[in-house]
Amino acid sequence: MRLSESPLPSRPIPVVIKIWNDPKFRAVFYQVLAVSLVGVGLWYLISNTLHNLSVRNIATGFDFLGREAGFAIGESTIAYSPTDTYRRALSVGLLNTLRVAVIGIVLATLLGTLIGIARLSSNWLVAKIASIYVEVMRNIPLLLQLFFWYALISEALPGPRQAFNPIAGVFLSNRGFKIPSIQGDGLTWLAAGFFFAVVVVLVLANWSKRRQAQTGQIFPVLKSAVLLLITCPLAAWWLSGSALTLDVPVLKGFNFQGGLTLSPEFAALLIGLVIYTAAFVAEVVRSGIESVGKGQWEAAGAIGLRRGLILRFIVLPQALRVIIPPMTSQYLNITKNSSLAVAIGYPDIVSVVNTTLNQTGQAIEGIMIIMGAYLTVSLTISVIMNWYNARMALVER
Amino acid sequence: MSKPTLLSPTRAPTTATPTPLVWIRTQLFSTPGNALLTILSVWLLIMAVPALLDWAFLQAKYSAQSGQECREVEGACWAFIAEKHRLILFGTYPYEQQWRPLVSVFLLVALVLMSAWRRLWTIWLFPIWIGGLTAVALLMWGGVFGLTFVENTLWGGLPLTLILATFGVALAFPLGVVLALGRRSELPAIKTICVVYIELIRGVPLISLLFMSSVMLPLFLPEGVTIDKLLRALIAIVLFAAAYVAETVRGGLQAISKGQYEGADSLGLSYWQKTRLIILPQALKIVIAPLVGIFISMFKDTSLVVIIGIFDLTLAAKAALTDPAWQGFSMEVYIFIAAIYFIFCYSMSKYSQALEKRLAVGQQH
Repeated sequence: MRLSESPLPSRPIPVVIKIWNDPKFRAVFYQVLAVSLVGVGLWYLISNTLHNLSVRNIATGFDFLGREAGFAIGESTIAYSPTDTYRRALSVGLLNTLRVAVIGIVLATLLGTLIGIARLSSNWLVAKIASIYVEVMRNIPLLLQLFFWYALISEALPGPRQAFNPIAGVFLSNRGFKIPSIQGDGLTWLAAGFFFAVVVVLVLANWSKRRQAQTGQIFPVLKSAVLLLITCPLAAWWLSGSALTLDVPVLKGFNFQGGLTLSPEFAALLIGLVIYTAAFVAEVVRSGIESVGKGQWEAAGAIGLRRGLILRFIVLPQALRVIIPPMTSQYLNITKNSSLAVAIGYPDIVSVVNTTLNQTGQAIEGIMIIMGAYLTVSLTISVIMNWYNARMALVER
Repeated sequence: MSKPTLLSPTRAPTTATPTPLVWIRTQLFSTPGNALLTILSVWLLIMAVPALLDWAFLQAKYSAQSGQECREVEGACWAFIAEKHRLILFGTYPYEQQWRPLVSVFLLVALVLMSAWRRLWTIWLFPIWIGGLTAVALLMWGGVFGLTFVENTLWGGLPLTLILATFGVALAFPLGVVLALGRRSELPAIKTICVVYIELIRGVPLISLLFMSSVMLPLFLPEGVTIDKLLRALIAIVLFAAAYVAETVRGGLQAISKGQYEGADSLGLSYWQKTRLIILPQALKIVIAPLVGIFISMFKDTSLVVIIGIFDLTLAAKAALTDPAWQGFSMEVYIFIAAIYFIFCYSMSKYSQALEKRLAVGQQH
């Protein structure tokens, strides 16, 4: 009796897949291959490095952080002297990076927004000037611009005795910029008052938003916020009765006394970063505003909103959605580009690590510190901006 | 675009050209605020432009024997540029051989121009690039065809800047495409490797990579193996650019509709056939304009190699400034090389804008 004579096969023919054609096997195989290739590559580099380090008698590890740095740093926001440790020196560098990045971000946003709006102006002359600015600044390397500003400040500006004095109390010379500063105990009270005002404004904004949603009444939040932010600090200072003096720089002998100093390096770096990045910010702002259709303006006008209200409630919320992601990357760029400081001698983290690296020979630890610092800062900015973006994002209903 | 359409061609509304007076009134003085802005801008221009023109042209000195002659005039010292232009443009390349870097510059520019020509957007572009870059390398190094050998430590100036940018992006491109595909992969291990690489590189500044390649690369290699300084910089630039190319290409991959993937799958194409024949040709076409943007920013970023002491255009300019006979003319040199960078970057950015517009027209169905 032959089984094959039956009309139907008694059981389905088992499909034999060759193992190398099985997608599951392939997936596992490729992944194991990729991971092991990367692993072998890393192991090769690390083993070479360890061998080279032992041959050259270079120590490894972060023990050097506790040793005396022994080099001076031109400017610092915290107390520092060459007898301090490397750890302290690196914190000075990191703070210097953060200082120029934060001030740069604020100024570049302001200048860039202004120029972006100017590019859209109905005024032909203003729009042309703004677009020439954007095209010129975007297409010249930042490093070159930094060299240019540094040379302009340190070579073309006169010495302190003939300092250029555009506004009373501000002196521009080849030793840097001198600006008046506010000093005294009153400063703490001013800050306290300002902080109080910010809290009140936040609460007020929240309350007015809820009330508007319920009753439709509009509370003048912007006007009262400005009023609060100005009066609260002043009131706190006046009520406390503490001293507040304006420290105006004056020329004594060969240099200035008093006031706040911006070193030529800091000034050149800040000016370069702000002017360069503002061109990119301007493009971001322009494309954001252009992305909101004309119909939005017209429809809002048709329901009787004033121009200022249209901008605030209709256009800006929609434009911000387009603006925030590219703006985030511009902020990250400012932070990363501040590392160019090393080229003009501003003591940022890269420059301090570079000195450390030359003294100790511990290149790997140095590079790891730089990368770790930038990654931390970049991630922090990303997280903050992503949170803001999520708040601003379109709520689908 | 030349396809016949059912729609009649759109015509711009006919408007009479406004008389100059009307134009000035509507464009510059339409509202009191606008008038104020115009007056402010005109005042700014009057303050700045004549003084600049005066410095740059009227009071400038175009030929001089020494820096002393220049210091006697108020204006710019273009004589300095005239004196040093060979050093700035070609660095320390042997003087009588400097036609070679000059030809290389033209070759590289021609390569870029050819890639800008849409009729050449075929598979032939790859051999053309490989051939062109090989020719540049042969020309610069020499040692064959009767050309004297020139060590790459002597290269400098504009050709070096162009070489770093073109070789950097050309080598970063394949790596970037692979990384982008890896990031879109369904295999978790491969995806993780690519994501970590891309985000790590994009989170740190180029300087840190340049430092790494200049101080750490010698440690990475087996004992006794040394690696050339220029090559080290190029490796850093390639590793850096690849992450940015990858993110751009990923944008293109995401823009391809799901139907294309499914269509390819239903034809029974393997992953690599699908990627090579269906997905990449469409995705890469979308991202050409942003890739030009990456090329522009890499072209500008090559100036950072100054920091590890490579003699590119910017360092050549700084070197020209060290001549004691001609000190104190940094403004002139910086403006000169800024103009060179500007010409290259501006023309490329105009091209990419035009391209974007044209490709966008092609996509409107």
